[in-house]
Amino acid sequence: MSLAQLSGDWHALAVLFVAGVVPNQIWRMLGLWFGGGIDEGSELLVWVRAVATAILAGVIAQIVVEPPGALASVPDALRYGAVGAGLVAFLLTRRSIFAGVVTGEVFMLAGKWWLG
Amino acid sequence: MALPPLDSPQWQSSWRAFAWGLRSITQTILTIVLFVTYLGIGALAHDTHFSLLWALASTLFVWAGPAQIILITTLGSGATIIQSAIAVTVSAIRLFPMVVSVLPLMRTPTTKRRELIFAAHLTAVTLWVECHRFLPQVPRERRIAFVHGLGCGLVSVCLCANTVGYFLAANLTQTLGAAILLLTPLSFLFSTARNSREVADIVALGLGILLYPLAAKMNSGLDILVSGVVAGTIAYGVHWWREVRA
Repeated sequence: MSLAQLSGDWHALAVLFVAGVVPNQIWRMLGLWFGGGIDEGSELLVWVRAVATAILAGVIAQIVVEPPGALASVPDALRYGAVGAGLVAFLLTRRSIFAGVVTGEVFMLAGKWWLG
Repeated sequence: MALPPLDSPQWQSSWRAFAWGLRSITQTILTIVLFVTYLGIGALAHDTHFSLLWALASTLFVWAGPAQIILITTLGSGATIIQSAIAVTVSAIRLFPMVVSVLPLMRTPTTKRRELIFAAHLTAVTLWVECHRFLPQVPRERRIAFVHGLGCGLVSVCLCANTVGYFLAANLTQTLGAAILLLTPLSFLFSTARNSREVADIVALGLGILLYPLAAKMNSGLDILVSGVVAGTIAYGVHWWREVRA
């Protein structure tokens, strides 16, 4: 791998800023700007937090439903099954993130191996 | 490692608070999850023919896993800059309420807005979850320094992970690549679920997942926004109804 390959070109970095950095940071800076006057326990904040949680849930669902890259090689049923199995383990272990993640991964890998 | 008590002299210097924040990255399983997620992002960047510098810059300046994954996959699949920017900005809307809800935890009556810029930049799902867990154990006037330490620690871990993932990518089988990409939804789901204390949080999470495929059928390009606002508002309705009845 050459140094040029590692650093890439300026065009790609410009695209990163236009399509990645600006559309992302704008929301943080708006939060900083408008968040100032909002009280920690206010009703508005309860709504805003619920919407934030639901949008994150949408991002989770999007990666599983419309998988990127190598994840697309895993059949639909196996991806949904892996999330379901992880959820069962998470609930059975009184909310252990570790148990949920490991169970989901093992389910997916075992399924892939079984399907060949 | 336990954080020192609130009245400990350990908290008298900002640098000490920064160091305690930095050290706190060893106290959460999410650091490992983040490491593996960013290993995946590094590998994905390599497979999509982005440079290592590009991948590192995206971690440093975007600092949001889902946004980075969406950016790489859309650009990689031939989307225009505008289409990628829209997809990224929709996924990033959640950062707005996150920043709004996390900054009051570290603000004092004399805090100026510019002192919170870096903390706002560092805010993403992991920091959001950890702030709610750690900050009650940190004196209010040292919380910004603590969050700077915690955030810098997490960013450093992710930059290392990107680099390792980038060089591993060539040797990664498709199955292993899929396993690494699956870590993102699993870890986001369970870390958010663990942080849900109220019924409204659980409703928002569950309904947000279930409504997304429905919203996606509308093909508006704003799927996540539509399902998020609807599910979040219903969850707020549940919260309001329970308050009224109580």
